[in-house]
Amino acid sequence: MTALLETRGVWQRFGGLVANSDVSISVGRGEIVGLIGPNGAGKSTLFNLIAGVRPPTQGTIWLDGEDITATPATERCRRGIGRTFQVVKSFETMTVIDNVIVGALVRSTEMRAARRKAFEVLEFCGLAARADVMASELIPSEKRRLEVARALATEPKLLLLDEVLTGLTPLEAQTGVELVRRVRETGVTVLMVEHVMEIVMPLVDRAIVLDLGKVLVEGKPTDVVRDPKVIAAYLGDRHAVGA
Amino acid sequence: MHDVTHAKQRRRDLILAAVFVALAACVPLFVKDVYVQNIMVLTLMYAGLSQSWNILGGYCGQISLGHALYFGLGAYVTAILLTKFDVLPWFGMLTGGIISALIALALGYPTFRLGGHYFAIATIVIAEIAYLLFLNWDWAGAALGIDIMVREDSWAKFQFTRSKLPYFYFALFFAAVAWLVTWWLENSKWGYWWRAVKDNPDAAESLGVVVFKSKMGAGAISAFLTAIGGAFYAMFVSYIDPESVMSFQFSLLISLPAVLGGIGTLWGPVLGAVVLIPVTELTRSFIGGSGRGVDLIVYGSLIVIVSLTRPDGLLGLFSRKRKKEAVQ
Repeated sequence: MTALLETRGVWQRFGGLVANSDVSISVGRGEIVGLIGPNGAGKSTLFNLIAGVRPPTQGTIWLDGEDITATPATERCRRGIGRTFQVVKSFETMTVIDNVIVGALVRSTEMRAARRKAFEVLEFCGLAARADVMASELIPSEKRRLEVARALATEPKLLLLDEVLTGLTPLEAQTGVELVRRVRETGVTVLMVEHVMEIVMPLVDRAIVLDLGKVLVEGKPTDVVRDPKVIAAYLGDRHAVGA
Repeated sequence: MHDVTHAKQRRRDLILAAVFVALAACVPLFVKDVYVQNIMVLTLMYAGLSQSWNILGGYCGQISLGHALYFGLGAYVTAILLTKFDVLPWFGMLTGGIISALIALALGYPTFRLGGHYFAIATIVIAEIAYLLFLNWDWAGAALGIDIMVREDSWAKFQFTRSKLPYFYFALFFAAVAWLVTWWLENSKWGYWWRAVKDNPDAAESLGVVVFKSKMGAGAISAFLTAIGGAFYAMFVSYIDPESVMSFQFSLLISLPAVLGGIGTLWGPVLGAVVLIPVTELTRSFIGGSGRGVDLIVYGSLIVIVSLTRPDGLLGLFSRKRKKEAVQ
């Protein structure tokens, strides 16, 4: 069986800067994969390439065995890629449920069905009580959950989460972790970018570590955290020797 | 359940609108003064026009300051078809609407790629070019304009000399239709797409919204309805020239009620027009000929006051009250 998502030899250059060089990763159906790495490793760039913000300078991206390299973001959503934004992008003048309805309309243009679907998703994400509140009135952790809810309403096969657990209190982060687990239980594959290792490591099935735009290591989270190369990338060579 | 309360709210809006229309329809029975009737006609017309503008400017967030173009096109197409080809104004109205919608699509193709203020600037420039073209276009009457000869009272020709009432009822009908179209669109895929595009185009795209297409849709519908208003105005005043239907002032007059009342809301344009149009008409007549431009000063002041105190428009006063009630 082919992987759900695959990147083959992906390069992204911004002028002279190489943000991703020859990145080939794959994500299998039903997996939770963590994309980690220190700041500036090229995580967000790769994430945006997969989400369809821009085409890569070189290389191809495949979803479900189809080449989606040239497919724009809108169409990728239709094909089953949902995403959140690192800097939350709520529709601020709309209510919480209206935000989610926008996502639900991809699958059903019948308004009542879309509204019902949106409410179900809000219940799933624990935001149902805030359905009629303006998105601008939500607290930061709720806005993160709204991002997830909106993406889930599009019924994705693959959910891309961009640092949804970063900057939350431990309790909020724990709720977030549980939400991601429940998302996977519904059959959605998850690829998440994070740089807070201690939160993501217990959650993910597999971790891919990027450093300086390249795949450094990939494997089970327990192995990855002990890998000297990873420690070196995060903390510098001196610590790697000690480990 | 949640969708039930939503449906209730929408039904309440619809009933409220029906009550307003019924009340407005009765007003001429009591108000016989022609001058006041004239103000009422203009108020309703601007309510409808601003409602049309609000679809593109308010819901979709593409601030057009060139709607005088579509208003003028509606007026010109109707007047030209009637005076030169003997086409009944009803067909002229429809033709003007369709032509305007097509032109909005043609202009939208390049301009909807512009972001933020650049789009607004482009709309001003384009409308100004059209104004200059009509000012120099001899076949369309150039600066002299077009005089629509009024012969006998007739619904077919939409001409009435003795009474303003038919104009009043058509203006009411126009405002009601523009409101109804908005009401319907607000709860459709388009309405949601537009608001998403306005608030955050990147997020909208990631949720499957075709941003460019939704802007084009909003532009065409908005232009169509605006042209209907323009066609009505041509018949109402029975004389048009570029200055009186296509000048920049109309672009402002069309957008301001929505801005004042509450941009991107269902009731904002109506509320804004009801407050703004009588005030400006009255200032104009009280200060008289020497006060040319004073009405616009009044406008400006109102806008400044509203944007300082209630940035979400006059409608914000009501929703705040509603919220307080909800808390109690």
